[in-house]
Amino acid sequence: MTKTDFLLAGVGGQGVLTASDIVAEVGMAVGLDAKKSEIHGFSQRGGVVESHVRWGEHVAAPMGERGRIDYLLAFELMESARWIEFLKPGGVVIVNRQRILPMSATVGDAVYPEDAVIEKALRAVTDRIIYVDGLEVAKGLGNKNLANTVLLGALSRELNVDPETWLDVVVQRVPKKYVEENKKAFWSGRMGTK
Amino acid sequence: MKRILSGNEAIAYGAYLAGVRYASAYPGTPSTEILENLARMSDVRAEWASNEKVALDAVAGASYGGARALAAMKHVGLNVASESLFYLAYSGVNGGLVLISADDPGAFSSQNEQDNRNYARFAKVPCFEPSDSQECMDYVLLAFDLSEQFDTPVLVRTTTRISHSKSVVQIPEGDGHEPRPLKAFVRDPAKYAMIPANARRRHPVVEERLRKLAEWAETASVNRIEWGKKNIGIVASSVAYQYAHEIFDGYSFLKLGMSYPLPEKLIRQFAAQVDKVVVVEELDPFYETEIRAMGIPAVGKEYFPRSNEFSLSVVRDGARKLGVEMGPDPAPVAAAFQPPARLPALCPGCPHRSTFYTLKKMKLYVAGDIGCYAIGVLPPFNAIDTVSCMGASFGVAHGIDAAGANSAKQRWVAVLGDSTFFHAGLPALANIVYNRGASTLLILDNDTTGMTGQQENPGTGRTLQGAKTQKIDIEAVVRAMGVQDVFIVDAFDEPAVEATIKKALAITDRPSVVISKGPCVFLDQYPEKYVDEVDQDKCNGCSLCFRVGCPGLYKGELDAKTKKPKALIDPLLCIGCDVCLQVCPRDAIHRVDS
Ligand SMILES: Cc1ncc(C[n+]2csc(CCOP(=O)(O)OP(=O)(O)O)c2C)c(N)n1
Repeated sequence: MTKTDFLLAGVGGQGVLTASDIVAEVGMAVGLDAKKSEIHGFSQRGGVVESHVRWGEHVAAPMGERGRIDYLLAFELMESARWIEFLKPGGVVIVNRQRILPMSATVGDAVYPEDAVIEKALRAVTDRIIYVDGLEVAKGLGNKNLANTVLLGALSRELNVDPETWLDVVVQRVPKKYVEENKKAFWSGRMGTK
Repeated sequence: MKRILSGNEAIAYGAYLAGVRYASAYPGTPSTEILENLARMSDVRAEWASNEKVALDAVAGASYGGARALAAMKHVGLNVASESLFYLAYSGVNGGLVLISADDPGAFSSQNEQDNRNYARFAKVPCFEPSDSQECMDYVLLAFDLSEQFDTPVLVRTTTRISHSKSVVQIPEGDGHEPRPLKAFVRDPAKYAMIPANARRRHPVVEERLRKLAEWAETASVNRIEWGKKNIGIVASSVAYQYAHEIFDGYSFLKLGMSYPLPEKLIRQFAAQVDKVVVVEELDPFYETEIRAMGIPAVGKEYFPRSNEFSLSVVRDGARKLGVEMGPDPAPVAAAFQPPARLPALCPGCPHRSTFYTLKKMKLYVAGDIGCYAIGVLPPFNAIDTVSCMGASFGVAHGIDAAGANSAKQRWVAVLGDSTFFHAGLPALANIVYNRGASTLLILDNDTTGMTGQQENPGTGRTLQGAKTQKIDIEAVVRAMGVQDVFIVDAFDEPAVEATIKKALAITDRPSVVISKGPCVFLDQYPEKYVDEVDQDKCNGCSLCFRVGCPGLYKGELDAKTKKPKALIDPLLCIGCDVCLQVCPRDAIHRVDS
């Protein structure tokens, strides 16, 4: 594993930043250099949230480059299309099917794009598209906030890292009483349970 | 021990290791977490100041009193505190004094982009620029030593990509921190009391100090040459160094950890051995100008932009223009479609919502300010006409009024928040009252500094370190400052907000103040609410509720008669603030028992 670039993107409040912390810590846990970079601020108010994570022997820049990202983890359906141009051709995109309507669609004339339109935009870059029903799985486990852990489980399957390493980091990051449900969420994502 | 820390966490840790005893700041992205982290550390008194100038004055006092002290602020905060930086440059310090300026190239959460390295040159103080979290910690430690060694305040400049990026930091085993005793304050008015006669004597001291600092910089380990290919030699610092390091792989670098004063001999030595000196720096051509002034034909801004933040792509583009072989770009993606934007919105349940709905409805002209309420500029409100800098709304509204432009045809009001009121609203209010102004002023008191993540302020009754304190009553202050007409209104009662603003607007010969009160949704004291629901039989798609701009409301099926979409409420987002319910003309929205 020489260099691996991740981009995690979603909407404020979806747990994108916690998830990217976890990805960065996993990189460090497997003995690599790791950096992550994100934008807080205005984006917390229902705006787009993006967070870059990079693993490598030595990582200089804290964020990867347009057209060269290895893994795009989209926490929201439409956001996958917004960020797909960052993915390298043939890279992996993991898409949470959850839809969060933007205000421009509720108060303006914008329409939420059709599934097929989104899919087409993704296909222009890669065929390695993995859809996850993160919110549904999380609700099934009794807590909608687990969706980001489900997505991390799905991402973990694509990487050559022991799942226990992931779980160690996840467990450290979440409050004690949520540890068990987070483990379940991680495994659901990893096994691809719908 | 290795840990992955943000730049801000690493700065706080460095200050802790340096034995900082007092720290003060006013919140501002991307600097806020520095004080939030310091507040949790032992032997440190960390405070939110009412504004940045007050913070820096207090930090100056702590330093004079013999403590190591730190101030932190966002780039524009240093504009507010600049007055204090300039006298500090003359007085020097007693205990080490470090000032963190967190700049925001890209203006992710600011009203401008500005390059605060310029303040170092302007105020004649040294400036460090870390390029990752490890350097954030190391440079802060070094900055405290340097401050005491050279008797100077030291500026440490970060950017959003340094403050908010995380990278691996080697921190000392054990605690690594020792409380430092106070250095005695020795009376010395010639140094600390800047009357003109003393100021004239101090200026040459400052110039001499700069000369010595430049000498120090020649051999300081923070400035280093990395030899590689010599047809191009890159000069860079901060995050630009990291991008350049990846793009100009294998070239020679002069990596500057100290951006002012510059090590002229080292730069000449570097320039002499490379064919072309290329400066890669975000925002201003700061190094480029300095290096050219040395007579070295450096290039930079011909290839790399002056505005917006850098990225690998931006630096790669510049490298191509320089003729460096970069290989092909990955196949560009046909930008077939652009998903709809996600504009920031007031949170569901936000107490500011009723005010902006009302201001828009009343077609008022609005001098706005900096805070969550700046979202009032955006649709569906489009209710704010000017946004300037913190506290400016009161001054701007007064000027409009004084110039005679506040008329029946264009009725102006000013809007600011509680934290902004304490920051810079107070002197502006004094000015209005004193100068016989007649502005209509709205203070949106949500009991917190919302925009930057709910920090305490002088009106909240709590300090940064969690102590209970005297809550300053905004109404009492406003009255004591001589405003006779002060109205208090419940922010969650839209009809009352409208009626109250009308009452205030009826007063045209003296200032009036409306204080709307309602806590930010993120606060514990936010009242227990319900979930609202739209009765689909009653809703006829009139769309009035969409004008409250709530992310919890969305469009459903078309009404059979009006052919307009009916409203729906997302129960996961709704908190039941009832503002949509209040504006619905058909009583179609009601509370659901939870
Ligand atoms: C000089 C300066 N300091 C700090 C900031 C960062 N900042 C933006 S808005 C804001 C505070 C807003 O608080 P308040 O006025 O209470 O309004 P709220 O966001 O709670 O509605 C701060 C600290 C800034 N923009 N300029």
